[in-house]
Amino acid sequence: MKKLVLTIAALAASITFAMAGEVEDRQQHMKDIGRSFGALNKTVKGELPFDAANVQATLDKLRDDTAKVTPALFPAGSDKGKTEASPHIWENLTGFQTHLDKLHKDTATAAAAAPQDVASLADQVKLVGANCAACHKEFRIKKEGE
Amino acid sequence: MAVGFKRAGAGLLVLGVICAGAGWLLSAPRFLSAQQLAGIDDGDATRGRDVFYAGGCSSCHAAPKAKGDDRLKLGGGVRLVTEFGTFIAPNISQDKADGIGNWSASDLANAMMRGVTPEGSHLYPAFPYTSYARMKISDIADLHAFLKTTPEVSGKAPPNELSFPFTFRRGLGLWKLINLSDAKVVSLPDDASDEVKRGQYLAEGPGHCGECHTPRNLSGGVIKSAWLAGARAAEGKGIVPNITPEGRNVKDWSKADLVEYFTSGFTPDYDSVGGAMVEVQENLAQLSDADREAIAAYLKVVPAHANGYPAPRPKN
Repeated sequence: MKKLVLTIAALAASITFAMAGEVEDRQQHMKDIGRSFGALNKTVKGELPFDAANVQATLDKLRDDTAKVTPALFPAGSDKGKTEASPHIWENLTGFQTHLDKLHKDTATAAAAAPQDVASLADQVKLVGANCAACHKEFRIKKEGE
Repeated sequence: MAVGFKRAGAGLLVLGVICAGAGWLLSAPRFLSAQQLAGIDDGDATRGRDVFYAGGCSSCHAAPKAKGDDRLKLGGGVRLVTEFGTFIAPNISQDKADGIGNWSASDLANAMMRGVTPEGSHLYPAFPYTSYARMKISDIADLHAFLKTTPEVSGKAPPNELSFPFTFRRGLGLWKLINLSDAKVVSLPDDASDEVKRGQYLAEGPGHCGECHTPRNLSGGVIKSAWLAGARAAEGKGIVPNITPEGRNVKDWSKADLVEYFTSGFTPDYDSVGGAMVEVQENLAQLSDADREAIAAYLKVVPAHANGYPAPRPKN
């Protein structure tokens, strides 16, 4: 009996640790995405100087980081604990996938557009930026103790 | 002995009738007076558009997930799931049969500021008349003029899904005696700037921020001593953040950061607005820069409070 309890406890602990990896990874990707997007938005607003090479590197990083955000980072049960992932994700996996697909597509479009001035960068920033709130509206939740 | 019981019984019966009568009188609908309604007929639809977005009308009264011009089709249908039951926002389009096309501006004022219909029924405070009560009559007049420009949508929304005793609308008359007031919530100093005062008006009135961001007592009324300190979300498992200067989410934000958030939905480190706040931010984005600045100015000076929801359990 003791062995069984210990085994179950060890299993539960390892599953929790395994999930902790996904939660941390996706939170890090989101932070990286925010940082990249912020730099681009500030460039559009004139708070940072426009440098085509820098902008391209940021757009490429943005595309690559968003590509890392996939449903694999949202295993069932990973809405428990310190995460702002809403239970709605698992109630509407199709809808969630649709948002992820659009984000991947739009950031790829933006990187491919290779904007050479603030005005064209602004168009790409607008395209990509619309994805954030649209997904968070349904799939993000604030919890106590965060 | 038996006579004593009979007398006691008769006495209780009389007392019961008196209480019921008093209850009936106390719970009666109260309409705005002619004096309070002065100016209600001079509405301007262009100004009314700002009131419409400040009040967030489309977030409840347009169809769920409506975008763009569809936000002006006010056929109702959005469900607000609460511990009191599920409220379904009604049709407030200009349809005369299924909406409020027949309502005068005074009718709208009584609904928005006193929570009563032209027929004298009480409205459930899921409609935030407890905040709208603080509005100026001229804003209601302008809103009425703007609503008259919105399309007719036929079809009544489904009725609320409530259980007894919450089905008893008349009881709201008593609830209002405790929870309905047009007094300002925060006591600002007399030398508060016009900007802060405007922000107070927008936030405590049409913006109805406190309805989500303030915890409620057992009767469902907001706890004014914890104004904007955050609360359990009415729906689902989350919380609504503390937006007083002590709130974890906003304490390091400048006034400009708040304004940027209202305008674009982005936080200082480029996280993005989410959940129920997305609709609010989309409405805030429709207001003037000055009005967004005003709301931000107000938030910087409201009294700081600890979180309005229970603290997390210690992690051990």
